[in-house]
Amino acid sequence: MSTELCDLPAYRLAELVRRQEVSAGEVLKAALARIAAVDGRPGSLEYDGPQPEDDQGVHAFITVTAERARAQARRVDQAIAQGQDPGPLAGVPFTVKDIFCVQGTPSTAGSRILANFVAPYSATPAARMEAAGGILIGKVNLDEFTYGSSNESSAFRPTPRNPWDLSRVPGGSSGGSAAAVAAGEGCLSLGTDTAGSVRQPAAFCGVVGLKPTYGRVSRYGLIAFGSSLDCPGPTARDARDAALMLKVIAGPDLRDGTAARVPVPDYLVELEGELRGLRIGLSPDYFRITYPDPASGELGQQPISPEIADAVLRVAGRLAEMGADIVEDVPMLHTRYGIPAYFVIARVEAASNLHRYDGVKYGYRTNARVRDLHEMYRKSRGQGFGLQPKLRILMGMYVSAAQYSEQYYLRALRVRTLIRRDFEQAFDPQGPYRLDALLTPTTPTTAFHLGDVYGDSVLMQYADQLTVPANHAGVPGLSFPAGFDRDGMPIGAQLLGPDFSEAILLRIARSYEIATQGEAWRSRRPPILNSTGGT
Amino acid sequence: MPAEPEGGAITPEVFEHIVQLAALELSPQEAEYLRRQLNYQLKAIGELEAIPLDSGTPITSHGVPYTSQTSPELREDRWSPHPEPGEIIAQAPQQEDGYFRVPDIPHTELE
Repeated sequence: MSTELCDLPAYRLAELVRRQEVSAGEVLKAALARIAAVDGRPGSLEYDGPQPEDDQGVHAFITVTAERARAQARRVDQAIAQGQDPGPLAGVPFTVKDIFCVQGTPSTAGSRILANFVAPYSATPAARMEAAGGILIGKVNLDEFTYGSSNESSAFRPTPRNPWDLSRVPGGSSGGSAAAVAAGEGCLSLGTDTAGSVRQPAAFCGVVGLKPTYGRVSRYGLIAFGSSLDCPGPTARDARDAALMLKVIAGPDLRDGTAARVPVPDYLVELEGELRGLRIGLSPDYFRITYPDPASGELGQQPISPEIADAVLRVAGRLAEMGADIVEDVPMLHTRYGIPAYFVIARVEAASNLHRYDGVKYGYRTNARVRDLHEMYRKSRGQGFGLQPKLRILMGMYVSAAQYSEQYYLRALRVRTLIRRDFEQAFDPQGPYRLDALLTPTTPTTAFHLGDVYGDSVLMQYADQLTVPANHAGVPGLSFPAGFDRDGMPIGAQLLGPDFSEAILLRIARSYEIATQGEAWRSRRPPILNSTGGT
Repeated sequence: MPAEPEGGAITPEVFEHIVQLAALELSPQEAEYLRRQLNYQLKAIGELEAIPLDSGTPITSHGVPYTSQTSPELREDRWSPHPEPGEIIAQAPQQEDGYFRVPDIPHTELE
């Protein structure tokens, strides 16, 4: 199967479209053809059980916005014909995780309770991508309200599969985003990361995922989960495309009081810098995991898989060859407490954010006869929410109750301070480590099989153990491909940096991509692309 | 999946109370699963209690500090109309004459 337009990098496609070597319409046609070839039936509430053909599709989408996309492609092509520049994403097909409002599209959060909601306004980062000439081709599936790490909790089924092995999960919660980008169903995707939800699926699907610094990208129009942790961020096939997209979506926004007034660098220009002199750390605390034994529930500690550790150490070796200084044994002592603290903080914020779904103003209302308003609330919420939102609401209410909040919530917020201090000490320019970035594995394992973890809410949460500390601390994190395991599943390496250091993280990842571009593993493609629809 | 931890803090009575506060109607099967998962999660959260915490350790409510330079500029508190408010009202499960309609609101005596 030869490379098609939809397999080209976004950066290259925008160049070709702006030079009129191809039209936005042609690029869109290739992307829609790819969706038709590989996606299978979209996720739906009307799911009637598994069909044999479901095992042959990626199922990244909930809604394909083909008509909207054609109209936008026509506008881009007309603008170019009239000598105007439609913007840096000219003609680039992209998808949006269905946790963002996009005006006129169903914006479901993967939940029955919002299944009939059509957004009356657009999220700032999605609007900025369209304003830059990007072509929105659809809204992609996710864990319900983003609550999960496998995408299996969506109410819209069948849920997404991993393009590298359709019997495995794509990760979550931005699983549809990562699966779509890996399968050529759009070059870029806008996701969100609250505990690792951009980076973990990017690692599982062999693509690049960036959680920007908290405040770097506006959350306006994002259906809220954990308001002190949520970060919109790019999913892309390489670091240059992630830089291109970040440049478009980043920056202050009067509609979000947390969008920081920090200048947006030209991330594409910054990619070109050298690695010489950069100090990149390795921490033993990111090469072991603490997790509950599935049989006993007891917490145990063990090293991460040697294949993943070796892959990350190989990355460190290549970066050293390019002139970076590798600093070993950096203590990040509170890494293991990231998940327990997250169990408390994220639940309290989720419970608060989910109170707005009441069957009154929009979304689902029960059809049952009810005596009064309170019964309507209970039935609407009971029928509209799936198990994962219910679990988070209940835990959030318990740990923030007056009699428990000192023991749980306030304690978790103090532990969050300790996690932040780990990063401040590692990155302190006057400190003993003076790191520009910390290099870690993104995930403790590669993608697991569908059904292997789902249902065990504690074990599932521990999939985010190496990504969640950055959310507590607010610092940026970037996952990028670092090879494959013996089953042919992608391995992700992660770079964590000081506040607003995205440009450096992207430069390191881009340098690694260029240094390894001739290696055999770089030319591997998801098997589904070899079996369908190629020309 | 692990069995429910012994002596889970969330007893059926505590569980019923938070379900009421959360305004959720649950089936018995859901309630059973959720209560077991809550106790299992509490066990994981219990790890936090082992961390030595200096009484002066401040809380962090979000990671990145905001300064007067990085916080958004203050602006006038002006309202601006949505171009199509009817579209927003039309999303309501039940509406009439531009108002949301709800079932009877029970009278509650404040204590």
